[in-house]
Amino acid sequence: MSDSSANMNRSRLVDLSLKIYIILGFAFVFAPIAASFVFSFNSDRFPSIPLGHFSLEWYEAVASDPFAWQGLRNTLFVGVIVGIVSTGLGFGAAYTDFRYRFFGKQIYLALALLPPTIPVVILGLAMLAYLSRINLSGNSLSVIIAHVVICAPFAMAIIRLRLSQMDPDLEAAAWNLGASEWAAMRHVIIPFTKPAILGALFITMAVSFDEFAIAWFVSGLNETLPVKVLGFLQGQVSPRINAIGTFVFVTSMTLVILAQILLTGRSAKVRPVADEQE
Amino acid sequence: MKNNTLVSFEGVVKRFGDFLAVQRMDFEIAKGEFLAIMGSSGCGKTTTLRMLAGLEAPSEGVIRLSGKPINDLPTWSRDTPMVWQSLALFPFLNVIENVEFALKMRGIGKTERRRRAEQWLDRMQITEFASRNISQLSGGQRQRVALARSLVVEPEILLLDEPLSALDAALKVRMQSVLKNLQRETGITFVYVTHSQSEAFSMADRVVIMSRGKIEQIGTPQEIYRTPRTRFVAGFLGSSNMFTGKVTGIDGGVVTLDTPSGALRLGATDLPGPVAVGQTATLTVLDTKTHLATRAPAGNVNALPVRMIGEEFIGATATIYLEASDGHEIRVQKSHEDLANLPLQIGQELVAHWPLEDGHLVMEA
Repeated sequence: MSDSSANMNRSRLVDLSLKIYIILGFAFVFAPIAASFVFSFNSDRFPSIPLGHFSLEWYEAVASDPFAWQGLRNTLFVGVIVGIVSTGLGFGAAYTDFRYRFFGKQIYLALALLPPTIPVVILGLAMLAYLSRINLSGNSLSVIIAHVVICAPFAMAIIRLRLSQMDPDLEAAAWNLGASEWAAMRHVIIPFTKPAILGALFITMAVSFDEFAIAWFVSGLNETLPVKVLGFLQGQVSPRINAIGTFVFVTSMTLVILAQILLTGRSAKVRPVADEQE
Repeated sequence: MKNNTLVSFEGVVKRFGDFLAVQRMDFEIAKGEFLAIMGSSGCGKTTTLRMLAGLEAPSEGVIRLSGKPINDLPTWSRDTPMVWQSLALFPFLNVIENVEFALKMRGIGKTERRRRAEQWLDRMQITEFASRNISQLSGGQRQRVALARSLVVEPEILLLDEPLSALDAALKVRMQSVLKNLQRETGITFVYVTHSQSEAFSMADRVVIMSRGKIEQIGTPQEIYRTPRTRFVAGFLGSSNMFTGKVTGIDGGVVTLDTPSGALRLGATDLPGPVAVGQTATLTVLDTKTHLATRAPAGNVNALPVRMIGEEFIGATATIYLEASDGHEIRVQKSHEDLANLPLQIGQELVAHWPLEDGHLVMEA
């Protein structure tokens, strides 16, 4: 709506330079991924130019590898459970912050948001030491526990942001209209935060799907796909890695984009009509 | 407790930590009345309403609804719906779903719910917006949705917390008559919190004026306007001239007050309590009942020599600003016809006068 006035006050040269800058920025970030994407469809054994012909052989090779399938199953299984558990925990933590005022709340928030700031290698080592002490290391459950620790803070941050946009009177208004606390939760808080809950679900799944370091420490024989990739790399350099990488990238991006659509979709509001003088 | 009492506050106190939000409050709300609670921000009016709604618990005292103490009743079992200042409409529900909400929470079936909600949409003249989103409505339409949403359960009492504050002036006046008519037709008791004197006085049967957590005066708008009982009320309404001084004599039904502007008298028939010589008191007289002349009129009136310092036209009336001999400001509000024969120039010497019975006494400095 303010396009014309905005254009009037903008230098075309600066405008163009900024656009080029952004394109170059994205190109730099995505070039390696794009390369991996291109080479995953290339028939040559080694990534070199000129390219050979288009081929799906590396995808076929991966698809016929039972270990890759097992890794994928593990990854999906872990990812889905991590998504659900972290979103549940994150919602609880965010709602606590929204609803209650209590002594030490700043410390509570700091602790709740802390895990992603710890270097993953240290977190992975600590998890391994701790989980093996209580006989939980080396299986899918240990990966789930470790991933929930890093994912729940993301879910909390996303849901907390949505709750902060809520009129604080809304919940009290529901109680006032006869809703018990559980009914208000079900009919007001959850519907209002639904986009953020789904967004958090997809983001945490994507984080778990991609996470390598901690999974490498604690997964034992139940390796997730990123851990498998490392295994491939150590043995041989095969274009199959490009195929797996492309697949993982596309899956994560889909989840992140879905989350992004959910989280921003609601903010594009319809403009209210003006009061007519009836 | 009287037979037609719906709500009573008995020694109710509310503290937030060290802050005393409401000091010992005793008053009753009658069935079917339109009660306005008025005061400036932070006076405890909203806290009072929230205690009645069950959103705050009183620190001391008892609140009764239909005779039963409701202190420990959670808000969802109270049937005291509230219209919020922010309206607090549910943005993820459309208009009719918002109106149905309270019925749904009461476990009323789908068809019955829809039927009753439709009746209220019709009554509030918003049927055509039934399936709209809240964000697509204007301020006035939202107001009507908020009213329908609270009234759909047909409660005995409706609480309103400054519901009109977001509307523009013209719409505000329109909604005032909508509210007043609605209250009259339904017979539902309205408790209306506002800081606006015009809203309170134009709609309410009785007005409670609060200041710093305390009730200053309860009465009909006429009573409060004509005879403010405390200095705060007189100052808050801003429609009275006030003279503070010492009582120097009470005899023959006349109280004499010695003020820096001069000695003033008033009839002793309408005193707020026992008055003794030597006490400090304030005489109030409405600016519309204060008259102006070039010479002191004959008869039993108060007359003060004054000097004109300014004037202000307000539509049909004008306010003349004057100064007594000690510099105390006096206002006179009159129609233009009443002022036509006076030499109104800045600096003009005049006489302000009023009959003894138009003065009222407040036992405070």
